[in-house]
Amino acid sequence: MLSHALMLSAALFVIGTLGVVVRRNAIIIFLCIELQLNAVNLAFVALSRYTGIEGQLYVFFVMTVAAAEAAVGLAIIIAIFRHYKTVNVDQFNLLKW
Amino acid sequence: MTEILFVLFAFVAVGGAIGVVISRTPVASLLFMVTTLAAVGGIYILFEAHFLAAIQVLVYAGAIMVLFLFVIMLLNLGHDYRADLKFGLWSLMALVVSGLTAGILASGFVSLDDNGIRPGGAGVAAELDAALIEKGAAGMIAEPLFTDYVVAFELVGLLLLVAIVAAVVLAKPRT
Repeated sequence: MLSHALMLSAALFVIGTLGVVVRRNAIIIFLCIELQLNAVNLAFVALSRYTGIEGQLYVFFVMTVAAAEAAVGLAIIIAIFRHYKTVNVDQFNLLKW
Repeated sequence: MTEILFVLFAFVAVGGAIGVVISRTPVASLLFMVTTLAAVGGIYILFEAHFLAAIQVLVYAGAIMVLFLFVIMLLNLGHDYRADLKFGLWSLMALVVSGLTAGILASGFVSLDDNGIRPGGAGVAAELDAALIEKGAAGMIAEPLFTDYVVAFELVGLLLLVAIVAAVVLAKPRT
């Protein structure tokens, strides 16, 4: 079942990558990043059956960091929305060359 | 039985993930994401990570997703009917990027398949099951968390505090 779980993890990660590249809505891009984090968590949990409890501990830490990231990222999105009146990433071209 | 449940959860997870990427409204994406997270939580249970499964559903699918939902609600999104998906050159690039990622991951797992996982093997799984019976689902995680990894635990608490302060400062309107 380990290889299947790793395959599933890879599939979720790739779908998350696809979402990050293909969508325009900043919140959805953020959601896809969470999806990628979850894919990695799944790989950690699956491998913890072979390497010990540390895998599950790392998942715990990753979840905490994801929560912090969600809070800060959504605050940034709100600040951007206040400035540009949109969350469409095509409109944020301040750093574009 | 475990295999059947795994396949079921896996299909729900992948279907939900595809729904996140392709659905038009942000709220629909979010609900698909909740489905995916719940399915991944189910897979955690199949791997005997009961505490993480509970955390996954409570914190991830519950709290974090509700935070996203609140932001979507606050920003009053979902009335924007312009195409959100990028097509043309972007879809080509997306295919290249995701294909490369899939290739790298698959090559890593193929090399992993020929007995590539070094430590433990089946003995570790038996140890974990024994610890689960002896200490319980929470105790199994809590004991190493509060002994060997206590510094990391405290730092993560600090990180959360910083994140809260940062979120308040960023989201507050300039006076």
